[in-house]
Formats: sequence, structure tokens, C-alpha cells
Amino acid sequence: MINSFPKLLNAAAITLKLLSVSLIIGLFIGLLFAILRLNKNIFINKFAYGYSYLFRGTPLLVQIFIIYFGLGQIEYLRTTFLWTILKEPYWCAIIAFALNTGAYTSEILRSAFQTIKPGIIEAGKSLGISSKIIFYKIQIPIAIRQSLPAYGNEIILMMKGTSLASTVTLMDLTGVAKYIISTTFRPVEVFIVAGGIYLFMTFIIHNIIKFLEKKYSFNS
Amino acid sequence: MELLTFGDTGWGDELFYATLMTIAVAITAMLIGFFFALIFTPLKLSKNKFLNLVANTYTTIIRGVPELLVIYLFFFGGSAAVMFVASIFGYGEYIEINAFITGAFSIGIISGAYSTEVFRGAIQSIDKGQFEAANVLGLGKFGKFFKVILPQTLRLALPNLSNVWQITLKDTSLISVTGLVEIMRQSYVAAGSTRDPLFFYSFAAVLYLLLTFLSMKLINRLEAKYSRGY
Repeated sequence: MINSFPKLLNAAAITLKLLSVSLIIGLFIGLLFAILRLNKNIFINKFAYGYSYLFRGTPLLVQIFIIYFGLGQIEYLRTTFLWTILKEPYWCAIIAFALNTGAYTSEILRSAFQTIKPGIIEAGKSLGISSKIIFYKIQIPIAIRQSLPAYGNEIILMMKGTSLASTVTLMDLTGVAKYIISTTFRPVEVFIVAGGIYLFMTFIIHNIIKFLEKKYSFNS
Repeated sequence: MELLTFGDTGWGDELFYATLMTIAVAITAMLIGFFFALIFTPLKLSKNKFLNLVANTYTTIIRGVPELLVIYLFFFGGSAAVMFVASIFGYGEYIEINAFITGAFSIGIISGAYSTEVFRGAIQSIDKGQFEAANVLGLGKFGKFFKVILPQTLRLALPNLSNVWQITLKDTSLISVTGLVEIMRQSYVAAGSTRDPLFFYSFAAVLYLLLTFLSMKLINRLEAKYSRGY
């Protein structure tokens, strides 16, 4: 059992890499679609809603399988440069994770934008600040602060979601754990070690978010 | 479209039964989850520090460890555990647990942790006066719980329970790794034998969307029913 611990730690590094890359891409997607959701144009609005509905209403496993197994079937895609990305399970997993977390993030940010008091924006306007700067310097920072607790939950859910990368041949923490279980038939011990590593990561993420919440709280 | 015909040539009937299987697993898992919530919610609300610790350990582990890892634990460890218990009673034969029970149980344990949190939150947000009023009326412990607290808990918990249901429904797709023939597994088989994964996985996505959409409609009705008078 002791000699499998380094293997699991190495695999945890892959889990963290998958998590951080997809969170960064997902944050941009989420911000973009949150802004689209607030657009007054009904088509843009509906498009953004459709995106988030689609990705929140279906299991992440289906999304990964469509991207990894399904897209390769389109002959045209195989001739474009996209194929160099889509033939790698690593990037397929990242695309699926980023699109998935992007959908949830867009909902979190949208509700954060909507809870900003109109008085704050009006105050900015009466000070003669342009609406672009109001958006970047006032609305976005407030929205980020508002959405921190919910976003923290989303990070932890996404960390658990990266375990699905093991279904498309990637050896992340869950993938390696499953491999060790099926070769040693020691499910309980492996579960305790791998689960312990996951819990440790959850603990760290939880505390980082708590720290950020304190740092950016309105009272300080 | 001919891929979806019923009968020997198409996958329509297989996918239909697979969808029923998904619904069956999801409902069973949700009920098992309620059972766990019934045990752990009182522990969470108890004044005893040790009981609190037990309940918190359960919810923390489940909410911090991937669903897939929990499923692997029960898939690989389940029959060993049952055989161990059986050997205490003097039964030494090999026992294999069927995939439905393993799946529903592992998803149920996960869903139970979320339900526990939901019920805890709902009971805590019930006005203290309600407990006092029930006491003043001289209701017994059971009368107080079933006639006063539970109906109000249900109303408060329903919106969050509908989230738990959505999570549970989507989590059932993970049981496909154990070989239980639900939507995901059936699509995998169909995609493999027809070499048309794009079509079958997209169709699986449509089936899940349909299930989430229909269950939302149903839950909204329930919510309306339990919110009468508010």
C-alpha cells in the first residue's frame, strides 16, 4: 500500500492540472455568457440560456463522450487543425470540463450581476464615469465578490468532475486509484488514500476561498 | 432515424428500456438517500458532539470525494463486504451483488449526504415559535414532528431537494462503469456496434435533457401544492 502512495500523488498532480486549466478557460466562457445573458437582444439572450441549460441538464460523462468519441466521427473535422487537439484525450477532457464549468459559472456570475444595487451604477454615472469603466471597475469586482462562495462550491464540484477524465484513458487520481484497486483488490485501502488526497485538496480550496472572501469583503 | 426503430434492427426499444432503468436507479437512489438523511439529519442537529462528528464526517467525505471513486469502492469492495458479513453467519459461498443494487446504493449514499444538508437547513430555518406552539398544544413527540415540523420542512426543502434530484439523476450515468445497462451503457454498446458514437451520445444527451425537463415540471407542481397558503 505504501509503494502506491507516490503513484497516487503523481496522479493528483494531473488532477490539479486538469482542474486549473479547465477552471481558467471556464471562467472566461462563464464571464462571456453571463454578459450575453444580460444582453437585451432576445436572440443573444436565448442563445446564452440555451448553452447553460444544455450543459447543466446533461451529465458531464455524456459531454466528454460526445467530444472524445463523437466529434472524431465528423470527417471534415479530421482535415482541419482542430484535429490535432481533438485526437488528444487530454484536450477533449479539458474542453468538456471548461464548457461544463463555464455553464455553471455563467449562472453564478449572472445572478451576481443582477444583485448589484442599481444605486451603485447610478452613483458611478452621476460621477461622470463612462459606462465601460463602470462595468470593468465597478460591476465586475462587485460581481466577483458576490459570487465567491458559490464559485468556491463550483471549484470543488469541478475537482470531483475531473475524475471522469479516467473514462477517456487519462490516468488522473481516480484513474490510477481504479487501476491499483483492480490489480491489488484492495478497494478500501486505496479508497482511503485516494479519498484522503481528494479531501485534502478540497480542504485547501475551501480555505483559499475563505481567505479571498475575507480579503474582498465589503467591511474590511 | 432507422437506428432508433424498435425491434431487432434498431436501438429504439433498447434505449427505451435503458431510460426506464435510469429512472428506476435514480428513484431508488433518491429513496436510499432519504433513508440516510433520516438517520443523519437528527445526528447533525443533535447536541451531542460525538453524534455531530459522525454526521459531519459522512457529509464531508461524500461531498469532497468524487462520485466515481465511491462507485469503484462499492463495485470492487461491495461483494467482499457482503461475503464477510455472510461468513460471520457461517455462509462461505461466493456472493455477487447485482449491478443495480451496487449502483443504487452508491448513488444513494451520495445523494443522502446532499439530502441531509438540505433537511438540516430546512429544519433550522423553521421558526422556533412553531416548536413552542406545538409544545403548548400538548402534542407528543411524534405528533409534533409529523403534524407540525415535517410539512413545513417539506415546503422549505423542496426547491433544494429538486437540485439533489437533478444531481442524482445525472450521477446515475456514472453507474455505466459497472456494466448496468442504463442510458449511458446502452449508448456505449450501440455506439460501439454501429460505429456512430456522435449520434448515440447526442441522443443520450437528449434523453437526459428530457428527464431533467419533465422532472422539473413535476417538481414545480409539487412546490405549488406545498406552498398553498403562502
